Amino acid sequence: MNNIDDISGILDGMASELAELLNQAGRDNPAMVGIHTGGVWIAEQLHRKLGLGDPLGSLDISFYRDDFTRIGMNPVVRPSQLPFSIDDRHIILVDDVLHTGRTIRAAMNELFDYGRPASILLAVLVERDGRELPIQANVVGVHTRLSAAQHIKLLGPEPLALEIKQGS
Amino acid sequence: MSTASLQLDAHGRMKHFLCIEGLNRQLLTEILDTAESFTGVTEQTVKKVPLLRGKTIVNLFFEASTRTRTTFELAAKRLSADVLNINITQSSTVKGETLLDTLRNLEAMHVDMFVVRHNDSGAAHFIASHVAPHVSVINAGDGRHSHPTQALLDVFTIRRTKGPDFGRLRVAIVGDILHSRVARSQIHALNLLNTGDIRIVAPRTLVPAHAESLGVHVYHDLEAGIEGADVIIMLRLQRERMQGALLPSEHEYYELFGVTEEKLAVARPDVTIMHPGPINRGVEMDSEVADGSRSVILEQVTHGIAVRMAVMSMAMHHHKKSKA
Repeated sequence: MNNIDDISGILDGMASELAELLNQAGRDNPAMVGIHTGGVWIAEQLHRKLGLGDPLGSLDISFYRDDFTRIGMNPVVRPSQLPFSIDDRHIILVDDVLHTGRTIRAAMNELFDYGRPASILLAVLVERDGRELPIQANVVGVHTRLSAAQHIKLLGPEPLALEIKQGS
Repeated sequence: MSTASLQLDAHGRMKHFLCIEGLNRQLLTEILDTAESFTGVTEQTVKKVPLLRGKTIVNLFFEASTRTRTTFELAAKRLSADVLNINITQSSTVKGETLLDTLRNLEAMHVDMFVVRHNDSGAAHFIASHVAPHVSVINAGDGRHSHPTQALLDVFTIRRTKGPDFGRLRVAIVGDILHSRVARSQIHALNLLNTGDIRIVAPRTLVPAHAESLGVHVYHDLEAGIEGADVIIMLRLQRERMQGALLPSEHEYYELFGVTEEKLAVARPDVTIMHPGPINRGVEMDSEVADGSRSVILEQVTHGIAVRMAVMSMAMHHHKKSKA
């Protein structure tokens, strides 16, 4: 097991990268949405660092997963909360780990059931190999390469720490 | 096999949903939590989630019911399932087809779930014990036995209104307890959640024998029964039973057991007023009470959809797990 330190520093880097990206693209007044659970922790920090106007939104994508028929329902599903209208807004979607891309696919499906955003940017703390869908993040905190047997997990919310585990 | 044991699998997960008896507090709470997470779906522009996409659910109603059938249908549709409503009173049984033949035919159409309402106690249990292993059965009311999703939506409504600590609550159930499958299920659910004081309030003729053995206090006087109540649940007085010897008249029932603003003075000031519907205005309660600020009768209807979504998705989930 080894851990990636200085998450706070990584988040600072992500926030300034996001600010620059939004500025370049001329995307004013963006709104942020974190994906439960780790994505919300990361989003809370980025939201504060960017000083966004609207409160942070959160998505629980359990009802949109494509593997429901295989693994069943997550026993603890928190209600999704989007305290602003999605329509015509620039959305920053935040998750902790980008792996297969299926979570992001589900999150985008759910977002579109709330309205039609003007655009979506994806920011993730960690990007690892193993993509199964054509999904890439716009802002990445850390790039890692892991074997299929390895899992990376964000522990939190206080303090935030990344843990790499050798799976079976 | 008892109804209680038929509805859970060997791991204690919900396979069918037939009655409140046999559930433990953890599973009951899990259903309520899941229902809570479905309440947000109506805030979406697209008011549905793709959870049960491609599943077929049949509402098998042997007894007329508009509200329950409609909320089950909406719940299934908000989960993206395909729904078929079959009203058996006008269908096969009229032509002499047996219940089992009807079931076999529907199963042959690859149905995944039956939602059953029947005027015989135990009907949902009978169907659950005869369906193919991959099919789930949800009880939408059977005879005088059980109406578990109604009880769930009632405790869900209480939890949302009063908070999760049922231990400090006094809940009074007023009306025809004897004939009510709703009351029976409510009492079981309230007991499972360790409700501090459960009272039933009714004329002597409308209370089942040995009611105290259900873990309730019995009152035959309305004002004594609702004194200090946090929640009052009124039950529908079924007019078809008024002709018999059980009650002299609707008017007399209203005089003695009808809830009015005036009589409510003995309850807690923040008392919550509930009724499973449909209301007989001027019989079980005054319009002033039914439409007043303390009434959550319409919230109950809204919550009924979220609770039914929870039960349907959890029962369907079980089959997926066991197949994998």
